[in-house]
Amino acid sequence: MSELRETTYLEAIRDAMAEEMRRDDRVFILGEDIGVYGGAFKITEGFLQEFGADRVIDTPISEAAIVGAAIGAAHMGLRPIAEMQFIDFIAPAFDMIVNFAAKSRYRTGIGAGLVIRGPCGGGSRSGPFHSQNVESYFVNVAGLKMVAPATARDAKGLLTAAIRDPDPVLYFEHKYLYRRVKEMLPIEEEIVVPLGVARTHRAGSDLTIVTYGGMLYKTAEAAELIAGEDGAEVEVIDLRSLRPLDTDAIVASVRKTGRLLIVHEASEFGGFAGEITAQVSEHAFEWLDAPIRRVAALNTPVPYAAALEDYYLPQVDDIAAAARWLLAY
Amino acid sequence: MLLTRGLEERLEILLKQGHLVGSIYRSLGQEATAVGSAFALGAGDWLAPSIRDMGALLVRGLDVRDVLRQYTARGTSLCAGKDNTNHFTVPELGLLGPISPLGTQLCVLNGVALAFQQRRQSCVCMTYQGEGASRTSASHEGFALAAALGLPIVVWLEHNRWAFGTPSSRESAVGDWLDAAAMYGVPAQSVDGNDVVAVYAAARTAVDRARTGGGMTILVAETYRMLGHAQHDAQKYVLEAELEQWRARDPIDRCVAVLSHMGASGAELDGIRRTVAAELDQAVDEVLAEPPPLADDARTRVYASANLDAAVPWTRGPVPGYGGIAPHVRLRT
Ligand SMILES: Cc1ncc(C[n+]2csc(CCOP(=O)(O)OP(=O)(O)O)c2C)c(N)n1
Repeated sequence: MSELRETTYLEAIRDAMAEEMRRDDRVFILGEDIGVYGGAFKITEGFLQEFGADRVIDTPISEAAIVGAAIGAAHMGLRPIAEMQFIDFIAPAFDMIVNFAAKSRYRTGIGAGLVIRGPCGGGSRSGPFHSQNVESYFVNVAGLKMVAPATARDAKGLLTAAIRDPDPVLYFEHKYLYRRVKEMLPIEEEIVVPLGVARTHRAGSDLTIVTYGGMLYKTAEAAELIAGEDGAEVEVIDLRSLRPLDTDAIVASVRKTGRLLIVHEASEFGGFAGEITAQVSEHAFEWLDAPIRRVAALNTPVPYAAALEDYYLPQVDDIAAAARWLLAY
Repeated sequence: MLLTRGLEERLEILLKQGHLVGSIYRSLGQEATAVGSAFALGAGDWLAPSIRDMGALLVRGLDVRDVLRQYTARGTSLCAGKDNTNHFTVPELGLLGPISPLGTQLCVLNGVALAFQQRRQSCVCMTYQGEGASRTSASHEGFALAAALGLPIVVWLEHNRWAFGTPSSRESAVGDWLDAAAMYGVPAQSVDGNDVVAVYAAARTAVDRARTGGGMTILVAETYRMLGHAQHDAQKYVLEAELEQWRARDPIDRCVAVLSHMGASGAELDGIRRTVAAELDQAVDEVLAEPPPLADDARTRVYASANLDAAVPWTRGPVPGYGGIAPHVRLRT
């Protein structure tokens, strides 16, 4: 057992990149303000000094060019990590991701093993353009993989796996968790969390709640509340990966509990819960004792004012209310 | 310029006091570019300021109270608490606001100019972007289209040396940003962005050209971002000597010197400062007394029809099929 150190979610991301860059000189990072400045959230602080300007590349403000260059470098056998300063700014790179990276292997047999990562999510009063959850903009695109860690261990382990993966991986890190989530992690020890494998965050037999990313904590809080007040045991599944999706884990849990609630921070309409719902009705319909329900953000842009954003975002009370409704069904 | 600087200072104070959350992208040291250029437009013209062009908003007639309302997320703000920073789209004032994704604004302003062309109106559009924003694909496309179509647009490239923590030398290989402007095949010119009179003169020439069918002009404002990107950035990467050099070129000091030379008295100038301070004091008091938006307003205005407002989340409204959440849990046996 190696020594443990308290590691924030943000440090876990930093450690995953730094350790992978030490292990493998094909790994490099490019993006805006990541070198001299050390990253808008200081994730890559010290990287330029340690790894040099060849591997820590400050780019112009040009997301399409950043992702495009990452694709080309991946074709050449390098392992690029492209940082979006905020995941909202992935939009200018949409073409590169959806049409170049995602379709590359299918069309040409040449893969594009790259990671595109950036801060997503709301709760920090950042308004419509620095708060989005963009997974559903991409989830319909075959060829892309997608992960959304909630814990520090998963932040590190999924990023390591994503860097090593031969296909393009979108890595959504929730900025609200950056410094709020901490965990004891082994120093300098390799953590790899395989893509496509969900994690049971809390075991239970009465209701399954499937969630991921920033919503894990509110969901877990609601589950504890219900255990304490209602005596019901909620099973909380943290998906970790959205694509590939661990359908087996979801289905197994639903077959056990007979009830499913899906919680995500992105808007409800066309959100990822729809896909999970379809999977479960295809694979576990006969085991369901209640309709599948979801709790997600309002179908609006992310508003700025505190009162509006709090109303927009799913809250613990919403999750608890939905869970109770399902338990009582 | 005094109003711009004073307003931004108030916003920083409000941030420290917790009346607003987020970032204020200060235009300290760059006020002359936004202010001088906006004065070159007339009624009916449209202006699309970027986040560091507070001065242009005010010249255009935006009420400082509306700025304060938006930053402090009042329910009375023009955006009803939904958006933040300097994002103001106000047709009556000929204002097209930016969105945060950089470089996009010019593309949309092109459409405003197209409308002027189609309606045979001799109105002009003006916009601004940082040298950093000018590297985006959207910006390049916006320039290409406006130039090719000969649209009546004046674009300021605000070369303030920094894009967040990245020096402009890393944003482009051009030494002189006039070269970056010149590549689109339209008239381009460098301007001392800290000289409000020079800015006005250059803007006026370009606006007149656009108004008389001469198409787009790109003006490069040579200026300097005197503070960090926003409050979280202590700009440790900037050399103090460089700041010192640019402090000596402060646009307000220079304007005051010109006015004094032209005969303005110290008392007159102090009077202006006092008027500005009083206006801001009153505006802050007034706005802080106004209420935040109601939570439920988050659902509105997504579409034109109120019928399409976002639904009340089912967990907060009457629960379907049950008329309420069952009082106790019935576990399966
Ligand atoms: C497409 C996009 N990528 C990244 C950002 C994040 N960002 C906001 S401001 C900024 C720097 C802008 O620099 P510049 O355009 O030169 O304007 P300045 O701040 O110097 O006025 C960056 C990188 C963004 N808003 N949009």
